Amino acid sequence: MNLKISALEFIEEAKNGNISVEEFVSTTLERINSVDDKLHAFLSVNDNVIEQAHNIDKKIKSGEKVGDCFGMPISIKDNMCIKDTKTTCASKMLENFVAPYDATVISKLKKQDAIFIGKVNMDEFAMGLTTEFSAFGPSKNPWNIEHVPGGSSGGSAVSVSSYECIASLGSDTGGSVRNPASFCSTVGYKPTYGLISRFGLISYANSIEQIGPLTRTVKDTAFMLNLIAGVDPNDNTTVNNNNENYLENIDSGIEGKKIGIITEMVGDGIDPEVMTATKEAISKLEGLGATCEEVSLEMVKYSVAAYYTITATEAGSNLARYDNLRYGYEMPVEGYEFNSYISKARKKFGPEVTRRMIIGGFVPSAGHAGKYFLKAMKVKSKLTKEINEAFKKFDLLIAPTVPILPFKIGEKIDDPVSLFLVDINTVTANLTGKPAISIPFKIVNGLPIGIQLMANSMNDKMLLQAAHALEKSVTLPEVPI
Amino acid sequence: MTKIGLEIHCQLTNLESKLFCSCKANYREFEPNENICPVCAGMPGSLPRLNQEAVKKATIISMALNCSTPEKIAFFRKNYFYPDLPKNFQITQLNIYGDTSVGGSGIITVGDKKIRITRIQLEEDPGRLIYEGSSSKNQITLVDYNRAGTPLVEIVTEPDFETPKEVRDFLNILSDLLKNLGVADPSLEGAMRADANVSIEGGNKVEIKNIGSFHDLEKAAHFEITRQESLHDRDIAIVQETRHWDDRRKITVSSRSKEEDLDYRYFLEGDIPWVKINPEIKTELKSKMPESISSKKERYVTKYQIPEQVADVLSSDKFYSDLFEESHSESNAKEVANIITTELMGLEDTREKRESSKLTATHLKDLADAIQSGKVSRNSSKNALHEILKTGKTVSQIISELDLGNVSDESELLKIIEKIISDESEAVDQAKSNPQTINYLVGKVMQATKGKADPTLTLNLLKKQIGI
Repeated sequence: MNLKISALEFIEEAKNGNISVEEFVSTTLERINSVDDKLHAFLSVNDNVIEQAHNIDKKIKSGEKVGDCFGMPISIKDNMCIKDTKTTCASKMLENFVAPYDATVISKLKKQDAIFIGKVNMDEFAMGLTTEFSAFGPSKNPWNIEHVPGGSSGGSAVSVSSYECIASLGSDTGGSVRNPASFCSTVGYKPTYGLISRFGLISYANSIEQIGPLTRTVKDTAFMLNLIAGVDPNDNTTVNNNNENYLENIDSGIEGKKIGIITEMVGDGIDPEVMTATKEAISKLEGLGATCEEVSLEMVKYSVAAYYTITATEAGSNLARYDNLRYGYEMPVEGYEFNSYISKARKKFGPEVTRRMIIGGFVPSAGHAGKYFLKAMKVKSKLTKEINEAFKKFDLLIAPTVPILPFKIGEKIDDPVSLFLVDINTVTANLTGKPAISIPFKIVNGLPIGIQLMANSMNDKMLLQAAHALEKSVTLPEVPI
Repeated sequence: MTKIGLEIHCQLTNLESKLFCSCKANYREFEPNENICPVCAGMPGSLPRLNQEAVKKATIISMALNCSTPEKIAFFRKNYFYPDLPKNFQITQLNIYGDTSVGGSGIITVGDKKIRITRIQLEEDPGRLIYEGSSSKNQITLVDYNRAGTPLVEIVTEPDFETPKEVRDFLNILSDLLKNLGVADPSLEGAMRADANVSIEGGNKVEIKNIGSFHDLEKAAHFEITRQESLHDRDIAIVQETRHWDDRRKITVSSRSKEEDLDYRYFLEGDIPWVKINPEIKTELKSKMPESISSKKERYVTKYQIPEQVADVLSSDKFYSDLFEESHSESNAKEVANIITTELMGLEDTREKRESSKLTATHLKDLADAIQSGKVSRNSSKNALHEILKTGKTVSQIISELDLGNVSDESELLKIIEKIISDESEAVDQAKSNPQTINYLVGKVMQATKGKADPTLTLNLLKKQIGI
């Protein structure tokens, strides 16, 4: 059984009865069994999926209507609620939390006969970009297990790139889908803010984050988007996409498109290998009929500082509910009054989450908000103005997804500031609400490099067309695991 | 000069669902923690889903209090840890970053005094804490989230009150107004609460919280003014602080909590986009707004010649003015108003009595008509009303069953009158010399007929028999 097929290939084969869904799913479980000890992509594996797969096979055989996913095995980042399933956010605080309801993306995929093969690892509460901040241990990069897989949706990227599932859902607050996608050589997509419902996604910085698919191909991403995008009455921030079909005309190419190369994202601090790859990508795009020229977004140099200020503020508020009163872990209340109880209970948060919550208590506080939080909000609005201006001239913007190659586990964990700076190329899309995608482009010294394309709000379809064109122009080696 | 300002919290009790989910706004009939869902219980991953009806109701209140209403409103997070707050932040509104609250400054008239409204905000009510255990050592706190997320409107006034009496009058007017608008039933337990800030000339502002009823609010303000004045007389500085109303001892007590020092880290609630309230919506809401109390009163007086005092009582009570509108006709309006204000309001003076009453508008209309056509005396109508409330039988049924019909049969009445004339010869003589005293004899006839004799007929027959 070949697990190395795309979602669309799987569906075609399953639909035509060429492969048995049950066999595919059980082979996938075997694959997880054999490689995940090394990779640690999964926090929990759903062993009860065989029966579900069996029933889908039966339905296919008898000609009954089957959902669009045909039993495709999907992994889900462990910050999205699946009813009656543990949803831990890779945190000791929620180690035993069983979600009482389905996230909107989950109920949509359930209806389409997707199989949730397991919940995957992440940085605790999605705060981090290496998956090292998981309370349950780091995931490993399948291209070289000494290296980080990126994060925070590290488990998603690892599970897709090492054939432990066909596709995954991650969440992207400052690059958390695109960064691990780039580090693990998968497609990773952050849609326009509001395109996918966040209902059931455990909030970290709700005003800028989105759920996004990680897949083997851009077409698979378009397919997933067709299933999960659109207005949700449970999420007031969702936007109407008029039931757009993102797969339709995906082959449109990029001839005549104007692409801006963001000066601030290809300058200081970029690895030479990454720079070379970026230049190659630009010339490929030009070869396909696009015109590329540099454009400066001056606010980008403040974007990381603004990003961490805003996200810490929102995190401080979003994570306040974890007081262990209504759910959480076993800790008797006798002998405590409220404040002493919660300060003790909340000690289960890991170091990175604690750090950001402390910052989040400070930067928006009276007397400091003007210097930090409000200033960050100003950067956000200026950056948005700037990028909107750029999109008057350009259809797309290009930059490497991450300015450096995947680094070794432990290499940067004690230096939060240098770690923060790795986000420089991804946070702009979040702060401005624009769609962005990371496309696998090159393997250098056995380590992947991804290229990022960005488009204006609600131009997701055009962005996917361009990404597909770039993807088709390269052939990449297979993951060595 | 004494200055008192108020912060009034009023639940929008007439809404079907909570402010951000579809749980019931009426949480009162549930067992603890049964009226909750992932949203109002603040479960991980849940998002607020704004109840648009609540925005409309809050806008109506703002317009009725003559407040400015902005084009766009926003919600903010007020961050603080408290066990009754499932998310450990409250979604509320404020105006520090521009006028984004549902209502801006406005004015409400109390007698001949104008009270300025600072702002009106829409927010969620927290849950409820229930303390159990006899001593502080074994005390446990139970949390009930049924109330969490209930839509609440906070009305903030300028410190324009000078006496506790003015505060009380204002709250009565406000309460009637909210009821009349059909947005809330302030008489429900906990539906309307208020905090007060009180200061006297030369002193600091003191906030009083935890006041359970309007009656206590007046008392608390009284107490606080007296306390501050006595400090002032002794040259002791009045410190700016928050005090709690001790319901048992009826005094205010300094709260040692550091509430004043709390930093709420207000910032925009990103999960709820700005809500546009465009002029068309406002026009529509205005057109659907119920007639105001003052205009109702005016109409009752001029159109039906209902006495001013009766019209005042009737118009300020939503329940009874609605009943009046339903049951009155051009001809019986005065009679209906009379029955309601002099009889019915007394008979149905509690919620329970009102709810168990079987009276309908048709009953009232029929009863008023029966009085006017002389079928039943005003006196007997009281008995009829009692019976209606109890049984809900029709007016004509009750009149015949209880034999309340006026004795208007001349021969029957004549027999009674003849007997009274022979029994009361002294009074008859007196009436002959002083016709005004005939009323005594009329009273005797009424007594004998248990009030059922037609008064006009009785008088005429009496005069005829006595010969005056």
